[in-house]
Amino acid sequence: MNKQELIAKVNAVLAEEFEVDEAIITPEANIKQTLELDSLSLVDMVALIDNEFAVKIPTTELSKLQTFEALYNYLEEKTNA
Amino acid sequence: MKRVVITGMGIWSCLGKSLDEVRDSLYTGRSGIILDPERKAMGFRSGLTAKVEIPDLKKELSRSQRAYMPEQAKYAYCATVEALRNAHIDQDYLDKHDVGLLYGNDSSADPTVRAVDTIREKHDTTLCGSGAIFQSMNSTVTMNLGTIFRLRGINLTVSGACASGAHAIGLGALLIQTGLQDMIVCGGAQEVNPFSIGSFDGISAFSVRENEPEKASRPFDRDRDGLVPGGGAATVIIEEYEHAVKRGAPILAEVLGYGFSANGEHISSPNVEGPSKSLRMAIQRAGIDIREIGYINAHATSTHVGDTNEAKAIYNVFQNQRTEVTSTKSQTGHEMWMAGASEIIYSMLMMKNDFIGANINFENPDEDSAKLLIPNKRIDKHFDTFLSNSFGFGGTNATLVVRNM
Repeated sequence: MNKQELIAKVNAVLAEEFEVDEAIITPEANIKQTLELDSLSLVDMVALIDNEFAVKIPTTELSKLQTFEALYNYLEEKTNA
Repeated sequence: MKRVVITGMGIWSCLGKSLDEVRDSLYTGRSGIILDPERKAMGFRSGLTAKVEIPDLKKELSRSQRAYMPEQAKYAYCATVEALRNAHIDQDYLDKHDVGLLYGNDSSADPTVRAVDTIREKHDTTLCGSGAIFQSMNSTVTMNLGTIFRLRGINLTVSGACASGAHAIGLGALLIQTGLQDMIVCGGAQEVNPFSIGSFDGISAFSVRENEPEKASRPFDRDRDGLVPGGGAATVIIEEYEHAVKRGAPILAEVLGYGFSANGEHISSPNVEGPSKSLRMAIQRAGIDIREIGYINAHATSTHVGDTNEAKAIYNVFQNQRTEVTSTKSQTGHEMWMAGASEIIYSMLMMKNDFIGANINFENPDEDSAKLLIPNKRIDKHFDTFLSNSFGFGGTNATLVVRNM
């Protein structure tokens, strides 16, 4: 999966799970604000990413992933490792 | 003591997804029982079950609200929306009054099993997701309904096995009688997934008449061979009488008496004394003569010992009174935690529409059921007072007496 495919998949699965219009997901947008996540639904994002990409985001890393761009880069690094 | 009335009802069951649908099913004697191939593939002794559709609430509730709801909370939500609407209660009213919530529920197996499977497979609890804890707890129905409808009165789940729903209504009535609450949303909910009753199947409690699913649940019949599990949810809005009059509510019936007892004996085999005591207490507290009772909705689940002992208990109390007795479980299977509430609604629908639905599949009586008047065909008859029994594992018993208004 190249980066464009990864970005497309991330956007699609997040938009479907959190029931938002995929068009509002942009690289610079804030993840929590865009997906309207609270501390509980953030857990669902971790579970979703694990299910879809087989990547476990540790709690310690989660706070660093503020934007979708940061999430794409994190997943690109982990899936290519 | 204050008077307690019923001002709204709602239901989601194998007989229908609204009061009208359920009334029609009761009238025609339609069975809600099917054979589920998935259960046979899972190794069940009996694949029989009630067929209950899980509602899609995507349009009604947000993702975060739905994330905490197991199937039985979804059934309870639909039943409660219908009951509140029929009681002429809107969100504005709920926001301005301290409305209580007492709901029967005694398991939440599916989310529990799924979370444990995730922990075992992934060795990471985060991957259970945010909803698992709220879906798994026994109080899941009351925590979900309480937050969705923003209720601020008493908020408790009543776990009394297969008498949970009846105890919820009875305990709610006591809180209203003593003036502690003006209105309480009461009911019972029951999950239908295979995990919830797999171990119940394991003790050979279920009918194996798989070649005739609609004939499998046959309470009081000589050839009954066990119960059929069912489920859904039923909501009854109970309210203090003067309060209901003051707000111009539709007053449907009065909860006259709540009786209860415990057998204090075997964990699964009921006796005769405990249920008899519960019946007598409900009638005594109702302050009526048994001749006023025009219909008895029996607990009878289609098990040998349960139906026999209930028949004896009813005969003990009613003797030769010959009041019509039926078990609506002949159509619904055993709705367990929900049954005590749903059977109040089934009885109410019959009372309001002047009929007693057939105890379907009652073809041949046994020695004890022969002493009771059990119609196997619908009777068109007016009655104004009924009694409903609910008994559960551990020997818990509940009886409610309700009068038409």
